[in-house]
Amino acid sequence: MKIREIAEIAGAEVLACEDLVDHEVHSACGSDMMSDVLAFVKEQGLLITGLVNTQVIRTAEMMDMRAVLFVRSKRPTPEILELAKRAEIVVMATPMRMFEACGLIYESGLKGTGLK
Amino acid sequence: MTAPLRFHYDIDGENFTSAGEASVKVKKSLRQLGFPQEVIRRVAIAMYEGEINMVIHAEGGWAEVTVYPDRIEIVLCDRGPGIKDVELAMQAGYSTAPEQIRSLGFGAGMGLPNMKANSDTMVIDTKIGVGTTITMTVNVG
Repeated sequence: MKIREIAEIAGAEVLACEDLVDHEVHSACGSDMMSDVLAFVKEQGLLITGLVNTQVIRTAEMMDMRAVLFVRSKRPTPEILELAKRAEIVVMATPMRMFEACGLIYESGLKGTGLK
Repeated sequence: MTAPLRFHYDIDGENFTSAGEASVKVKKSLRQLGFPQEVIRRVAIAMYEGEINMVIHAEGGWAEVTVYPDRIEIVLCDRGPGIKDVELAMQAGYSTAPEQIRSLGFGAGMGLPNMKANSDTMVIDTKIGVGTTITMTVNVG
């Protein structure tokens, strides 16, 4: 699924790297704990989170993720957006809650990767 | 024979925001050197977890990454409080991180186990009141 489609499904605004929204991602994960993202995620292109700090972008970068979707109307700071631009990670923000955003995106065909 | 490539980084323990900068640099360098993506990712995750730990628990320290043709060696050294019970610290879910760290998305007790999972060897040398040195290797291929 294209990142652009994810933004549409989640009613999200693209805040960084809009030029990269035609990139494809094949799976996603949702978590507010970066520790768990680092420990359990594999090959997921999209991170859906309600946590907003610079380490969200660093975590996504370490995991070779292509996009981060912030839920619950959280707005990333200019510093976070700058970091994302340098890492070439698309940043989006939606007013939706985590459960709703994950549900709609999953229903539209993007899956997790199950248990390792 | 040429000497192996070595990178040295100081880890600023005062600044949670900058934690991970060294890992980002290592990731970029290894990519430029043409290592496989899976190897780069394992090194990056193991080192990033270590960096975060050093900022949470030890007020920073230094990291040294040595690139051999067949493996990457990562040494993380701090002058922090030391790890009281290494066996316990290696258990997934066990954490001594303060609540404030959990609100930043870390401190789930997954750091050390994840460092072990992403490396081929890991040695923890720790002494209470002196500090901790963790040496990890990630094999290439």
